[in-house]
Amino acid sequence: MCNPNLGLIPFPARIIHITENTADTKTFRVVGEDEKKPFAHMPGQCAMLSLPGVGEAMFSISSASTNEEFYEFSIKRVGKLTSELHTLQVDSPITLRGAYGRPFPVNDVLIGQDLLFIAGGIGLAPLRSVIRYVFDNRDKYGAVDIVYGARSSADLVFLEEIQNEWTARPNTRVHLTIDREEEGWSGNVGFVPTYIKQLSFNPSKIALICGPPVMIKYSLATLIEMGFEKTQVYTTLEMRMKCGIGKCGRCNIGHKYACIDGPVFRCDEIDELPEEY
Amino acid sequence: MNEQEKMRTRAKELHAAGIIKQVLAWEAGAFPSYPAPAFFTKPNAFEKIVYNEFCTANLSKYVINITEKTLIFLRPCDAHSFAQLVKENQVKRENTYVIAVGCEGCVQVDEGEARDLLESCRTCTKTDYPLFDEEINTQNNPRESTNKAARFAEVTRLDSEENTARYAFWQAHFSQCIRCNACRNICPTCHCKECVMDSDHPLDGQFYHAIRALHQDGRCTDCGQCSRVCPRGIPVHLLNRKLIYTSNK
Amino acid sequence: MQSPVYTCSLDNVTQLINRIAEKMPVYGDFGSSKTTLSPKGFFLPALEKLYETAKINDSYKITPAPPENAPFVLLGIRACDAAAIEILDGVYLNDPIDPQYKARRHASYIVTFACETMGANCFCQSVNINPAAPKGDVKAWVKNGTFFWLAQSEKGERLTELLLDLLERTIPAGNDLLPVEPPDSAPALPLPADMLSAFNAPVWDNLHRACIACGTCTFLCPTCQCYDISSHECTENSEKTHCTRQWDACLYPGFTQMAHGNPRPSKKERFRQRFMHKLVYHMQKYGTSACVGCGRCVNKCPVNMNIVKVAHVLAQEEVNAYV
Repeated sequence: MCNPNLGLIPFPARIIHITENTADTKTFRVVGEDEKKPFAHMPGQCAMLSLPGVGEAMFSISSASTNEEFYEFSIKRVGKLTSELHTLQVDSPITLRGAYGRPFPVNDVLIGQDLLFIAGGIGLAPLRSVIRYVFDNRDKYGAVDIVYGARSSADLVFLEEIQNEWTARPNTRVHLTIDREEEGWSGNVGFVPTYIKQLSFNPSKIALICGPPVMIKYSLATLIEMGFEKTQVYTTLEMRMKCGIGKCGRCNIGHKYACIDGPVFRCDEIDELPEEY
Repeated sequence: MNEQEKMRTRAKELHAAGIIKQVLAWEAGAFPSYPAPAFFTKPNAFEKIVYNEFCTANLSKYVINITEKTLIFLRPCDAHSFAQLVKENQVKRENTYVIAVGCEGCVQVDEGEARDLLESCRTCTKTDYPLFDEEINTQNNPRESTNKAARFAEVTRLDSEENTARYAFWQAHFSQCIRCNACRNICPTCHCKECVMDSDHPLDGQFYHAIRALHQDGRCTDCGQCSRVCPRGIPVHLLNRKLIYTSNK
Repeated sequence: MQSPVYTCSLDNVTQLINRIAEKMPVYGDFGSSKTTLSPKGFFLPALEKLYETAKINDSYKITPAPPENAPFVLLGIRACDAAAIEILDGVYLNDPIDPQYKARRHASYIVTFACETMGANCFCQSVNINPAAPKGDVKAWVKNGTFFWLAQSEKGERLTELLLDLLERTIPAGNDLLPVEPPDSAPALPLPADMLSAFNAPVWDNLHRACIACGTCTFLCPTCQCYDISSHECTENSEKTHCTRQWDACLYPGFTQMAHGNPRPSKKERFRQRFMHKLVYHMQKYGTSACVGCGRCVNKCPVNMNIVKVAHVLAQEEVNAYV
C-alpha cells in the first residue's frame, strides 16, 4: 500500500488550504509536486508529515481516498511539531510520505452492512475518510448512523459539512451530542456512551469507534451490553510512530506493529495484546 | 565470620527488629561471577545476599529518592558517592540504614573469567566512610600508600605529552564511543531528570564526554564505575581524574 | 546439490584472505572470539544519513543519500551472529522492505566460522542454535589441523571461485570431516508459554530495579533493531537540513513518549517491554526467540543483569528475593 521503493524518503508537498475547525484544530489540505497526489491510499490509512529541521509525525488522512485532488489532515495542536504546523500559512512547503497502515475493511467486511460510526472530538478525522468513501460508494453499504460528540459545540469538527452534507445523504442519520448544556444548542446533551445507549441500536451493525481512549472504552462496553460482539467493532490504536514501515520498533505492541498491523484493529484482536496503549 | 555471613545476619536482625523494611545488596546472577544489585524485600531472601570480589556495581545510586527504610551496604567508594548524594539532597538519609563494609577490591571479569583487580581498585586511596550507622570488617581494607601516586600516574603521563599526542589519544578512544550511556547511567552523580545530552542530536562521542566530565567537576567521587562499564574500553574516569588533579594542585 | 568442500593448510589462510581483499573490503578474521560489537552495524549503521532537504523557491528539494551497494566480506561470523542476521532479515527484508538495509545486505558476503569450544557466557545451544553449523554464504572451520571451506549459497559459490587455485577440493563431507558440536553446558533459556501471564507477572516490579536503562545491552545485542529518525538544520546553511536515523533503545524514557502521555511511563514497563519482545512477542510472530545466546549482554551489562537472569526469574525459578 505504501510507496514501494522509497522506504523512508518523503515527497515534497505544499499546503494549499487551511480550515480552522476549533480553537486548537486545523484541517490542512495538501498536494504533492505538480498538484498531484504522489500516492494512493485507503480509508483509515495515515501519512507522515514532516517539517524538515523540526520533526515528523504520523497523521490520519481525513479526506476520502476517492478524492483525486488533495489529501486532508485534521491536526490538533498538542506538541512541538503540531504547534509549528499551526503557524504555517497557505502555500507553505512541507514533505509527505505514505500511505501507511491497515485500512478499515471497506471492501470486504463492511460491504452491504449497516454501519455505526462513533466518534469523539478529533477522533472524527480518521472516520471521516471512511464516511466520505461510503458516501462516494453509497449503494454498496446499508444504513449509516453517525454518533459524534465533543466537549462543546465549538469542539465539534466539520460541523458545517455534517449539517449541510451528511444529514442530506440517503439512509443516513447523524446524532450529535455535547457534554454540557449550551445556549443556542438544541441537540442532545450528554456523553457519547450514554447517548449510544439511549439511541438503542440494533446489534446487527458493524461499529467503528475513534476518539479519546476513555470514550472508546465506555462506548465499547455499552455496545457489548447492547448485544454487539467485539468482532463487530473496529477502532484505532494510537502509538508513537517514526518509520511507518514496521521496523523502528516504536509502535511495537505485543507481537504487532501499530503502523503495519494497525492502526485499525478489530476489538477482539486488541484483547490478544498487552494493555499498553 | 566473613563479611557475607555477617551481612546476612545483620539484615535479618535489623528487619526482625522493625528497623528496616528492605535491603539493597547484591545477589547471585544466572552465571557465576556475575552478581547483580537487588532489592531484598522478604526476610527469607536475605540468605541470598552475596558479597565477594565480583560485586562490582556501586549501590549508592539506587537509593536516590528512596521512600522505604532501606539497609544499604557501602564500601569506601560507594560510601563517598553516597555522601555526595546526601549532600546534593538526592537521598533522604533518614530512609537509609548504612552498614560500612570492608573491601579488598573487585576484579575485572571478561567472558566469565576473573582477571586483575579493577583499575579503580588498584589505585583506590579511600579508607574512610563519611556516613554510616554500623560497620563490618572495615579494618580489613588494604590501602598502600603507593596507591596515591598510582591514582594520578596516567594523568601526569598524559600531561607530559605534546598536544597532538594527547588529542590523538582521546580521538582514538572517543571514536569508539557508541553512546550507550552506560557511563552516565552508572555514575552516582549523574542524576539529572533530563540530561542535556539527550536532546535530539545524533550520536556524538566527543562533546558528550567532555561536557559530562565538566558537569561532574567538584562532585565526582572517583569511584571508577564509568571506566569499568564502558563496553569499548574508553578510560572515561581519566577525564575526571584530570579535573580532580588540577583542582587539587 | 551440495557444493564441494575445500581445504587448505592453516598457513595459507592469510593468502585466502588477501586474495579476497584484492577484490573488496574484508572485515573480521577467523582467529578472534566473539567481538564486542555485533555485525548488525554493517547492515543497520549506528548513524546514517537518509536524505537532505534544501529549500529552493519556497519548496523542498529532497536528495536521498546514495545507496550503499559496494560489495564487502564479513569474515569469521559465529553461528550466533549468523542466526541474528537472519532474524534481522526477517524484519527488514519483509514487506515493506527497508531499501538501505537491503542494499547493504545484498552486497555482503558472510563467511562464518564454526565454534570448537563455547565461551563462558555463550548459550546459543539453549536457543536451538548449533555453534558448529553456522549459516552464512560460506561456512569455514578447522579440524585436525586443516582449514575447511564450504559454500552454502550462490553468493558463497561466487566467492569460492575467486579462490579456486588456493584451495584443494575434497570429497563431499561425510560426518567425519564436519566440525563437532561442542558439549552443551550453558544455562537454559526458559521461554514463557503464555504472553499475558508473563506480561502481568508480579516479578517485574522488583526485577527492573537493578537495571540502569543505559542501553548497552541493546546496542551490543545482535538482534536489537530499533532506531530513531531525526531531522536537523545544517550548521553552515539553515536552509538545508539532513534527516538521519540512529540506533535507539526501547529502554530509553522518550521511546514511546507522545504529546499526551506515555504508554510505558516508568522503567518497569520499558524493562518489561525489552524482554517480552525478545522472549515472547518475537516468538509469537516468527516462531523463534529473538535471543541468539551470544552472551554479550551477560558480559557487558554494567550491573550484571541479563536475559538469562530475567528468563529464569520469569520462570519462577528464583522468586525468593522478589515475591
